[in-house]
Amino acid sequence: MLSIKNLHASIEGTPILRGINLEIKAGEVHAIMGPNGSGKSTLASVLAGREEYEVTDGEVIFNGKDLLEYSPEDRAREGVFLAFQYPVEIPGVSSTNFLRTAVNQVREYRGLDPLDAVKFLTLMKEKMKLVEIDQKLLSRSLNEGFSGGEKKRNEIFQMAMLEPKLSILDETDSGLDIDALKIVSNGVNQLKSKDNATIVVTHYQRLLDYIVPDYVHVLYKGRIVKSGTKELALELEEKGYDWIKEAVDSEATV
Amino acid sequence: MSKDNQILEDFTSKEYEHGWSVNYEADEAPIGLNEGIIQWISAKKEEPQWLLEWRLKAFRTWLTMEEPKWANVHYPKIDLQGLRYYSAPKQTKKPKNLDEVDPELLDIYKRLGINLNEQKRLQGIAVDAVLDSVSVATTFKDTLSKLGIVFCSFSEAVKEHPDLIKKYLGSVVPMTDNYYAALNSAVFSDGSFCYIPKGVRCPMELSTYFRINAANTGQFERTLIVAEDESYCSYLEGCTAPQRDENQLHAAVVEIYAGSHAEVKYSTVQNWFPGDKNGKGGIYNFVTKRGICAGDHSKISWTQVETGSAVTWKYPSCILKGDYSIGEFYSVAVTNNYQQADTGTKMIHIGKNTKSRIVSKGISAGKSQNSYRGQVQVMKRATNARNFSQCDSLLMGDRCGAHTFPYIDINNPTAKVEHEATTSKIGEDQIFYCNQRGIATEDAVALIVNGYAKEVLNQLPMEFAVEAQKLLALTLEGSVG
Repeated sequence: MLSIKNLHASIEGTPILRGINLEIKAGEVHAIMGPNGSGKSTLASVLAGREEYEVTDGEVIFNGKDLLEYSPEDRAREGVFLAFQYPVEIPGVSSTNFLRTAVNQVREYRGLDPLDAVKFLTLMKEKMKLVEIDQKLLSRSLNEGFSGGEKKRNEIFQMAMLEPKLSILDETDSGLDIDALKIVSNGVNQLKSKDNATIVVTHYQRLLDYIVPDYVHVLYKGRIVKSGTKELALELEEKGYDWIKEAVDSEATV
Repeated sequence: MSKDNQILEDFTSKEYEHGWSVNYEADEAPIGLNEGIIQWISAKKEEPQWLLEWRLKAFRTWLTMEEPKWANVHYPKIDLQGLRYYSAPKQTKKPKNLDEVDPELLDIYKRLGINLNEQKRLQGIAVDAVLDSVSVATTFKDTLSKLGIVFCSFSEAVKEHPDLIKKYLGSVVPMTDNYYAALNSAVFSDGSFCYIPKGVRCPMELSTYFRINAANTGQFERTLIVAEDESYCSYLEGCTAPQRDENQLHAAVVEIYAGSHAEVKYSTVQNWFPGDKNGKGGIYNFVTKRGICAGDHSKISWTQVETGSAVTWKYPSCILKGDYSIGEFYSVAVTNNYQQADTGTKMIHIGKNTKSRIVSKGISAGKSQNSYRGQVQVMKRATNARNFSQCDSLLMGDRCGAHTFPYIDINNPTAKVEHEATTSKIGEDQIFYCNQRGIATEDAVALIVNGYAKEVLNQLPMEFAVEAQKLLALTLEGSVG
């Protein structure tokens, strides 16, 4: 589904990603872990097409298409979804109105008829259950005055509505208490299928107790320096990142 | 240049939609301004002597007045002697009803999306169509007259209801109120007149559609709305003008009178030609709008969506004379390219327990300048007066300006006045967030801007609100048709 080869990206001339290689197949869950500043969020942003990041080398093939050639909105319409670490507030625009615009633009791109109000609301009701989101929240201005947990839940709700092929969860666990974490994870797990894939970007192992990854990758200084299964995450939880940092840094000095 | 600036840059390429004009045979006054011209206009309109004298008195006062300079707008001096003060489509005989109106004139309105044919019109809105200096048609007159409601052109009202005109003309905006109001009083040509008798609730929206067609012609319309005790009406005003290289002057006066327990809602969607991308051409819109809540428990509510004009100078105001009367002002003013707007309101609290509410949303893009200027005045005997003001500014890009000039003048210790102001920018983050959900950038900007202006747009009658939303998007976007 997703094939990242030798991806280099920089911001304002400073290189952040220095040669990422990653293969993701449909049905898989990959966790990207790593210390602060290792480039985790950058990778998520580059895949979504954030303009500030300049891709200097490498390629990203998504379902046979050169993803980097697509605008951010077309990437979304092709099925790439980013659950933001810090979802933005849009005053005066209700979640419902926002999502209806989004869903219908995506449908139009895919050659489908727009959903009318009734069908849209039916779909919304169905998906609301997944993340136990309150209808009242959806009639409020998008993310405005939402608690941290509500914002993240709303991200997963949007994911459910847009039915992406590749979901990238950027630090979705940050700012969540244990109950909210369970609800959000439960939503993600229910959306999982053999046809879609998920990248979970996280700092802590905690989230991976609930969203169990098939693979875990450790990102450090813009490269994937170690890959393994979910046991790797547990090892990291226990030992921290220092042993990996040391191994990589000593290699570099040799 | 950052991404959002570039996006906004693209938006400025949008052409004004109503920029076309039509050639029709016109009945015009000679160019220039003097007592002879005023006599010419008055004679043309077959006005009574008292009205001619009223005009001349206004003109003589105007000659002694100076153009106001306090507004935060800059434009070259207007050559008032180089303008034409009357231009009307030639009609061989006066049409008695819509069927007799020149189809060519009806076509002009059709092109603007306004069908004057009553059968084809949506129920619920009566329209007075004003082209340059005259009203060409008014719909639903008969339906309304059964309820005793008068809705007609100002000229007609002078003939048919002289007593009402004599009583109320200049009662809210005195002829000597300000430079442009005085000029309007001297040379005004047409406009609408509404009269709602005591206890009548007007069953449909009343609306006037102003269109400037002729070149080098000023439009000086005059609107007078009188709502007697316990009556209600909602009035809408829309405006467009052709795209011309020269600047055109529009100096209107609107007066509203509300008796006790009466309510008047006045909504404007102003879309005059704003000038081109380089600031060439466009309408100078110098308007005086004022309402008086004369009776107790009366209410006047102004809602305006200002998108057009090169220069706007406009402060729809309320004089809250009756006890427990309420004044409201809801405004969205959008400026783009080189547009300048200095707009706001005045709330004058005279009666006891009077309340006013001001919600102003400015949106500036391009190299435009957008100012809010508002005055809240609480007089000595206005015990327990309340005011709440909210002034928000939204900036798009980094070459525009937003300014707020609140004036608060309190002469009664029981007054409670609140003023809130915010300034924000459409962020790259917001646009990217929308993009990431599959929403195109232009639609994202429209969504964000409409969300920002929602509180005001919600005040507009349903049909108008949809129009206004589209207009906001159009004004700010480059390629949405």
